[in-house]
Amino acid sequence: MQNNSNYSRKQLILLTALRVAIGWHLMYEGIVKIFQPEWSSYGYLMDSKGWFSEFFQDMASNPSVLNVIDFLNMWGLTLVGFTMIAGVFTKIAKIGAIIMLLFYFVAHPPLMMADYIFPGEGSYLWVNKNLIELLAVAVLFVFPTGHIIGIDRLIRNYRNK
Amino acid sequence: MEENTLNTNPTDNNKKAKGIGRRDVLKSLVTLPFAGALLYGAFRKRQLEQYKHSKLLSTLSLDSTSEVPAYIPKRDNDEKLLRIGIIGTGGRGLYLMRAMGYIQPKWIDEWTESALDNKQDTRLEIYKQQQDLNVSINGICDVFSVHLEAALEASANLYRTGTNGKRSAPAKVYKNYKELIASDDIDAVVIATPDHWHAPMIIEAARAGKHIYAEKPLSLTVEETFEIEKALRENNVVFQLGHQNRQIESHHKAIEVIKKNILGKITLVETYTNRNSAWGAWVYDIHPDANPRNIDWKEFLGPAPYHPFSAERFFRWRCWWDYSTGLTGDLFTHEYDVINQILNIGIPHSAAASGGIYFWKDGREVPDVLNVSYEYPNMEMNLIYSATLANEQHRKKSFFGHDGYMELDNDLVVYADRESTRYREAITDGIIPLEKPMITHIPGRGIDAISSPTEQYFAQRGLLYTFRGGQQVDTAYLHVKEWLDAIRFGTPVSCGVKESVEEAISAHMGTVSYREGKKVFWDEDKKQIVTG
Repeated sequence: MQNNSNYSRKQLILLTALRVAIGWHLMYEGIVKIFQPEWSSYGYLMDSKGWFSEFFQDMASNPSVLNVIDFLNMWGLTLVGFTMIAGVFTKIAKIGAIIMLLFYFVAHPPLMMADYIFPGEGSYLWVNKNLIELLAVAVLFVFPTGHIIGIDRLIRNYRNK
Repeated sequence: MEENTLNTNPTDNNKKAKGIGRRDVLKSLVTLPFAGALLYGAFRKRQLEQYKHSKLLSTLSLDSTSEVPAYIPKRDNDEKLLRIGIIGTGGRGLYLMRAMGYIQPKWIDEWTESALDNKQDTRLEIYKQQQDLNVSINGICDVFSVHLEAALEASANLYRTGTNGKRSAPAKVYKNYKELIASDDIDAVVIATPDHWHAPMIIEAARAGKHIYAEKPLSLTVEETFEIEKALRENNVVFQLGHQNRQIESHHKAIEVIKKNILGKITLVETYTNRNSAWGAWVYDIHPDANPRNIDWKEFLGPAPYHPFSAERFFRWRCWWDYSTGLTGDLFTHEYDVINQILNIGIPHSAAASGGIYFWKDGREVPDVLNVSYEYPNMEMNLIYSATLANEQHRKKSFFGHDGYMELDNDLVVYADRESTRYREAITDGIIPLEKPMITHIPGRGIDAISSPTEQYFAQRGLLYTFRGGQQVDTAYLHVKEWLDAIRFGTPVSCGVKESVEEAISAHMGTVSYREGKKVFWDEDKKQIVTG
């Protein structure tokens, strides 16, 4: 991982904007769930198709596992989203985001014959927005900006003092 | 690009001034306002949604915290043991025994095996959680020995175990229903026989002072309906008709919707039956071992006209007028009782039926397609029943009101009507949406509830009621329990004598209209169906 990044102004602005936008999306997804006391990942998990559908349905059928998953979704998304916006602990945050997005993708892969009850807003085959967002976070992981524009900068300076 | 490249290494920036400069602080915190903006936006959006939601609730006079109370109060188990006799131990009789806690061991085996293969299969778990009703099956009788053997096995399964499990004392097998009813060690009877036997058995049991749970429909004719009513009222026994739909959660929600007048004036209700299989059309399997030696044919016929032994008639009795009224008695009654439960419609003023045998040309007498229009002039409302046994497109019960439309099944949705007077303002203000339901009830976030992955989809789009107790319960169990509680504690039953008479007469009006090819009317004074 490169620590001393030399980005052009445009590169820095766009990479930071991408980081904040993805952070915004994840944080809002988390907040919306926290606001809805009746929200549960149950429906999404039960509607799982593809390679790991049984795994996800098993998780949904176990009420205590489901509670943990719901909690992780609500607060995990909010926290990861916030840290990406603020540019703090961005490395861990991006790993968290990649893991969550990977779960969303493999739970609902846009397979040729998969037909989901949850309405999707677009048309997808094999690649969907979850995968694209995941790849975008992966790009941000190798082109970090938090240590330049973000609280990570303060942390790093403090450590280097 | 080379000349545009910035030196963005923060350590370089701070070479001169050791420590953290203003510039560093600025660059560190520059994105934080976005988090603030997001939080502000999220809270503002939530406030707006809550405002719309509370406006919607107040427009509908619904209280967001209102919940339908548990229907049947839970009682202690130190109550008196009730001794039950089962008359008719075919499929339905065995089902009711199971609901009372006496299950054939083979079902436990099958459910255990199925739960191992499929973790979604919670039938065994749900059954084991079912509260003990503190009854014993003391007597059974049936005209077919194979049915008796199955019931005998179930009656000895107090411990709800599989084939190799512990057994309790089995029930006594009675030669006929009269002996069972007369027995001193029977407090109450369950009647699950073909329809032509309901009246004689209910009357006999009532006169013997035995409490009765009878399968629907109540009767085969108008005359015997009132004989039953008389016997039940004179002998003051607890009677429940087997319309377990009375226990369905969504029906209770529907009653609430009607009480709050959310639909406005209802002028039309439609209800349907759609089936498209041999089983659905009553072409049940003929047991391979069935013969005149192990079926008491004379006892089966009972009050019905004589006919030589016929295994087909014995197993598929719903196809003949002698033993059944087909669609009206078997399937319309289910539908009617739900509508009566919700709207309290009673006996209709008139009925006009049409239909025929269009698909199942197997020698049956009863129609496989039937449409009946019932008029309720005092309520200014019509009830339409539309049925076919040759197409399976499921149609939900539909209530058409001036202000809204309700679709009812195990779930419930209510849509506002575009031309509603009551909601005109709320529709214009965007408080009430037209394209999505304004009220949604999906049964439970518990076990069954759940069987619908669309739950969240709906939850996001309407008001989601919570499930009673959050647990899936067999409605037949609840219905039987309600009857047992009524015997023990004098609490009310939901499908008692009055409701049963209304059910029977409504069905008979449809049958008579179809068979006579005429519109028929109900003469309340003469207690008769009359034409023209």
